[in-house]
Amino acid sequence: MSNNNSKDCNTLCKMWQALKKPSVSYSLGTLLVVGFISGIIFWGGFNTAMEMTNNEQFCISCHEMKDNVYQEYKQTIHYSNRTGVRATCPDCHVPREWTHKVVRKIQASNELLHKALGTIDTREKFEAKRLELATHVWAAMKSTDSRECRNCHNFEYMDFAEQGRRAIKQHSEGLEAGKTCIDCHKGIAHELPDMHEVDPGASIGEI
Amino acid sequence: MKKITMMLALLAITSTSIQAIAEVTSLRGVKDIEEPSSAPENKRYNKDGEPIPRDYVQQPPLIPHKITNYRINKKSNKCMSCHSWSKYREAGATKISQTHFESRDKQVLANVSARRYFCTQCHVPQVDAKPLVENEFEPVTAISGQ
Repeated sequence: MSNNNSKDCNTLCKMWQALKKPSVSYSLGTLLVVGFISGIIFWGGFNTAMEMTNNEQFCISCHEMKDNVYQEYKQTIHYSNRTGVRATCPDCHVPREWTHKVVRKIQASNELLHKALGTIDTREKFEAKRLELATHVWAAMKSTDSRECRNCHNFEYMDFAEQGRRAIKQHSEGLEAGKTCIDCHKGIAHELPDMHEVDPGASIGEI
Repeated sequence: MKKITMMLALLAITSTSIQAIAEVTSLRGVKDIEEPSSAPENKRYNKDGEPIPRDYVQQPPLIPHKITNYRINKKSNKCMSCHSWSKYREAGATKISQTHFESRDKQVLANVSARRYFCTQCHVPQVDAKPLVENEFEPVTAISGQ
């Protein structure tokens, strides 16, 4: 088409030209109202869809999550404790703030790809990948100064006097040294990977 | 006549044995067999405290803190995140004894030996449980210092 006549236009170009022209048949009021309403619908729909993918039920709708990490998490204090307060998957794994949340949701498309590829669709495959996956989460937590932990746990409101002898020492020293939660609290909600490479003293390694 | 004596003897034996059964009391208390026994009180592990003195030579030191949800498996050992030689100073913990680095052939290893790896096989946390029977055990002077 375009080599016959330079003025000739392809579909995309035609659309652009139509958009550039002022409206002739609709009043400004109609355009504003329609635009406003569809804005609400799209924006609301987008956020609703995002919230639907942001709860535990959605996470464990995949067997990879349900059979591995969810079962392990059920044994921990973030699932069952004396006060009955729970932290569900997105509380720790998805940022609360909108911008960071959207970034994380975009990153999750990689997880969809690996779901389709079946990268961790058996326990054995998952175990083989566990160190790599855990390392990613630790690195993310470290880089954000354990932001998701701090949505609930905050040094500022932490009463060391109420803590155990070991916790007082480690928390006050940690605070001073500028440590972040994940530096010590690894493997609190899921089983640890083989720690031989991470901390050789805390694993049996070669037998 | 013989039969009657036999009968009497048998009766005597059974009655004494029934009596004996009635007198046997278990440490759990006496409960009728049909009755459901009441659940024992839930014991709580002691709060974090100072190291507990040993009671006899070669006693594995007791754990003076809670160890709930501390996993020890082939992949990781939570205890060693404080008690290992590389971490004990920073954590202010007791370091693991050198005796734990020996293989069963007395060969010294570079890391904790597999036979000494599972801490809770010997080291246990404590609850404030009252002894069920009286016990007069006293540690030797060399340990207690008294």
